Amino acid sequence: MSSLSLARATLLKDLRMEWRSKDAINSMLFFSLLVVVIFSFAFNPTAEESRLIVGGLIWVAFLFAAVVALNQTWARELRNQVLDAYRVSPAPANALFVAKVLGNFLFVVVLEALMAPLFVVFYQLRSVGPVWQLVIIALLGTWALVVNGTFFAALSIRTRNREIMLPLILFPISIPALLAMVDSTTAVLTGESSPDFWMKLLVVYDVIFTAVCLLLFESVLNAE
Amino acid sequence: MPLDGNIQPEAVISVESPAIQAAIVLQDLVKFFGRFAALRGISEYFVPARLYVVVGDNGAGKSTLLRVIAGLTQPSQGWVRLLGAKNAGAVAHRIGYMGHASLLYDELNGMENLRYFAGLYGIPDDAVCRDAMRKVGLDADLERRVGQYSQGMRQRLSLARAVLHDPDLILLDEPFSNVDARSARDMAAVLGRVRDQGKTIFVVTHQAALMEQVADEFVQMSAGKIVSRTGPKQVSASVAVDAGGAL
Amino acid sequence: MKPFSIAFIVLTLGLLAFSTYQALFVAPTEQTMGEVQRIFYYHVPSAWVAGVCFFVNFLASIAYIVKRNEKADALAAASAEVGVVFCTIVLLTGPIWARPVWGIWWTWDARLTTTLVLWLIYVSYLIVRRFAAGSQTQILAAVIGIFGFVDVPIVYMSIRWFRTQHPSPVMAGGENSGLDPAMLHVFFWNLLAFTCVGIIFIGLRYRLQTMEDTLEAEHAQLALEGGSQ
Repeated sequence: MSSLSLARATLLKDLRMEWRSKDAINSMLFFSLLVVVIFSFAFNPTAEESRLIVGGLIWVAFLFAAVVALNQTWARELRNQVLDAYRVSPAPANALFVAKVLGNFLFVVVLEALMAPLFVVFYQLRSVGPVWQLVIIALLGTWALVVNGTFFAALSIRTRNREIMLPLILFPISIPALLAMVDSTTAVLTGESSPDFWMKLLVVYDVIFTAVCLLLFESVLNAE
Repeated sequence: MPLDGNIQPEAVISVESPAIQAAIVLQDLVKFFGRFAALRGISEYFVPARLYVVVGDNGAGKSTLLRVIAGLTQPSQGWVRLLGAKNAGAVAHRIGYMGHASLLYDELNGMENLRYFAGLYGIPDDAVCRDAMRKVGLDADLERRVGQYSQGMRQRLSLARAVLHDPDLILLDEPFSNVDARSARDMAAVLGRVRDQGKTIFVVTHQAALMEQVADEFVQMSAGKIVSRTGPKQVSASVAVDAGGAL
Repeated sequence: MKPFSIAFIVLTLGLLAFSTYQALFVAPTEQTMGEVQRIFYYHVPSAWVAGVCFFVNFLASIAYIVKRNEKADALAAASAEVGVVFCTIVLLTGPIWARPVWGIWWTWDARLTTTLVLWLIYVSYLIVRRFAAGSQTQILAAVIGIFGFVDVPIVYMSIRWFRTQHPSPVMAGGENSGLDPAMLHVFFWNLLAFTCVGIIFIGLRYRLQTMEDTLEAEHAQLALEGGSQ
């Protein structure tokens, strides 16, 4: 089987398993709702001030949701040592990685699609700039978090204190991407500046780190 | 036969005989986990198309040995040559591995599991999977998720997964644990027939007596070393002592 | 220790004493900031050394992934630690300098913020080295070393842009623009001294690491021959 069809098969399998058990989805959905509500209490949204900070709020909320999703990326593979079966087979490591990243990407995007309307409602948001730009920023930013997050989740498997390791390594490295996500979102929402540079930065970030992850994943998977 | 001295790997591989080409060769194999030496210097040569039963106390290094041969763990020192290749990765499609854990997804049913793992080996059709399930005595149409299988069923499915792609080298770690006596005997017989087809099989087990009818050799391990290699009849007494409570 | 190493250490101490004397007494006083500006002679060279350390870590990490050379890993460990120390110095001297000059402890200018992010990344590197299990430590750390360094130019670019959007106090008489020749002179002496200090610390830490590795290997060999578990 080619790498691509292998990745597809893995992705479909993961989606099927997730659909059946729904354990991650349900708790994630509820968690996302909770986050939005708590933020609304912590950062009291009056119409004008909110538009300035809401770019940051949204992305911090997305980040929380993403980390919870990322932490369980490899949970099923670990439960019965399934990774051994994968590693002993001739299947290329990157096919597995791509499938996991795509799975996480879909998952987090769904969460964002649910959280965003809540933010709009609670913060009475109206965007000055075009909404399609916000969508692109969301996709690029989510990819940045998810590609590195999936990689570091695999890396954390082999460390003690697994759950704290992931955000600990992910956050510092994601700072430029986070800055880009927040500032571009704010730029579009307020219409006060151009998000162009930030969007280009996100593209560069995504390309570079996707390449680095693909280059190094096999070493991480087989570290034993 | 144990190897002495410093044999260069290339020298072994360059020998013409296909039998030797396909052999498993271990030279000065050492594996550390931190400061604990799981394997302490193993130099052995295993002829292909044989059924080897690896026995020994807990902690003797049996599972580690299998994992090193399978390529799941890199040796700290020494090397392994198998099936005419320098490492397991190059011949992954010819190796089948069954571990302590089930290596199966609890959330999928039997066929779904096998279908996915068959895909890893480039096997596109279901017929192979259904056949494998049948061979281990499981119902291919069973919708039940593996998480709800009995332990014995899970073992059998795990075995099916390991041999799905008709590997030349089969590594089984405790395949008989939690399997009822009759099924275990059936499985042992199946392994004998597989060996007769020219496959090389390594079985780690505490139930050595089960394998007596079919085994070619019993490999005794202790404290990270291979201490003896004997034919089945010679081993009865000592193995009975070791296997003690497991039988 | 080899005589060359001892000589180098002694020379460096002398150099450091000389450059410190220069920085504190010989260099002319800056007209707007006054004496406080002398921190510059510690702040900038430390940043330079930290950057070099992290670059060395980057190269050593790549070397380890490609060749699995133990010495490369030891060098990576040593350079990361020394880099974090110098980075900490930068982050401490920065606010100490900023407070009397601008009245604020911190500013989100490109360089200082990049240094902070760099510090965070390499502290996480050190934490992973501590918490990874056994033989995987080296590979995992090497991977993070590569990630971290690749991130640095991106961080810098992003914060440069961030800064032009949110202007902050301009640094009077900035480091590299129109520096008085006498100051430049002192600056280079300090740069040299700090670089030598950095080399010494990396060398010592590297030696410590390789000695630890050798000790581990000896223990392991003993365990091998001992026959007991």
